[in-house]
Amino acid sequence: MQELIQAYSWINLRFLLMGLWVTIEVSVISIGLSFVIGSLLGIIRYMKLGWFSKIVGFIVDVIRNLPLLLIIFFTYFGLPKIGIHMGVMMSTTVAMTIFESAMIAEIVRSGILAVPKGQLEGALSNGLTMPETLWHILLPQAYKKMIPPLVSQFVSLIKDTSLATIIMLPEVTFRAQTIYAQKPQAIIPMFIMLALLYFVLNFTVSQLGSYFDRRMEA
Amino acid sequence: MWTLFQSHANEFISGFGWTILSSIIALAGSLVLGTVFALMEVVPNRLTNIIAKIYIEIVRNIPLLVITMFFYVVVARVWHLNGFAAGTIGLTLYTSAFIAETVRAGINSVDKGQLEGALSNGLSWWESMRYVVLPQAFRLVIPPLGNQFISLIKNSSILAFVAGMDLMYQANMLSQATFDTFGPYIIVGILYLILTMPLSYYMQYLEKHLAQGGA
Repeated sequence: MQELIQAYSWINLRFLLMGLWVTIEVSVISIGLSFVIGSLLGIIRYMKLGWFSKIVGFIVDVIRNLPLLLIIFFTYFGLPKIGIHMGVMMSTTVAMTIFESAMIAEIVRSGILAVPKGQLEGALSNGLTMPETLWHILLPQAYKKMIPPLVSQFVSLIKDTSLATIIMLPEVTFRAQTIYAQKPQAIIPMFIMLALLYFVLNFTVSQLGSYFDRRMEA
Repeated sequence: MWTLFQSHANEFISGFGWTILSSIIALAGSLVLGTVFALMEVVPNRLTNIIAKIYIEIVRNIPLLVITMFFYVVVARVWHLNGFAAGTIGLTLYTSAFIAETVRAGINSVDKGQLEGALSNGLSWWESMRYVVLPQAFRLVIPPLGNQFISLIKNSSILAFVAGMDLMYQANMLSQATFDTFGPYIIVGILYLILTMPLSYYMQYLEKHLAQGGA
């Protein structure tokens, strides 16, 4: 019991919470960026703009099928070789954004495809141009349907920030490891705390997601 | 890059093998576990429903890394586990929660009349599940399960954290040994793509055919 209280001392907790803040920071920036980039890529792929869409689609498929860990390593260790130097925080954010953009592009594309075809045909035959149709007719309906997969993608993004431990981003998992590396008796309390922090964070996000989903349905 | 591959072919190939082995073990384990938890969620029994729900929600909301490290750091002190075993167990438990959700969705999307019909024809609940509902559910969930398998293969790179001998681990070892931080990652990336790309395209093809009412 004594050990447990010591492990959860304010110094340790503050250390962990600062890490949680780094996790949230990286997640929020990556979610914002990858939502925009992913939507663009998804639309490009949907529009079938000849070879341009084909190339974009192929790149998206390649990135989607690579492990995120590999992309993180590559941006941190590989890119300096060709003259692109980034800090830990920066390369994590870049790697997460690249990977998640590709995942979101697929979600967006299949979301647009799931809108009934009559909507597209009706809009075009009413004289709207293709960009207008996309913006006013297809995307609003598609994004409503995409809320559940998007939210679960965001949750997995938050979980995946833990992978940046390997390049020593001082986020919450890394800090927990730092603590229990110094005090072996803190191992189990640290794992419990980690599980709790991640659970609260992700559960909140997914509940918020299903709340918005219900609001949109109504 | 080709010379790098040739001179370290052994490492790459063994890493490739360990990645495949870990993925297949984890797939088999998580299919079984996931189906069990999915059944626990749909069984008309309050207690098992709640247990399954809690397990799935907890595992789904915790990073794979934390689960794997738990087995590597905590459980390995009680029972001896090497990195490969700890990583594969972590991978199995993590994936099982996702598979449970997928299978449950499949069971729920089988027409309710099927279960009712089977029950009123005198089959017990387990018999109706086993012979009537599950076979139909599994056919529906093949594409999403395939996508789970693809992310399982990608997630197996977590073994690199626990010295699991897999592809990612070999890439790290090689880049440390040769001071080449570019080549090994590219080669390993191509090897991962050899595993995942065909599967991914096959699943897209299957989805299209199932959507058209083929199957």
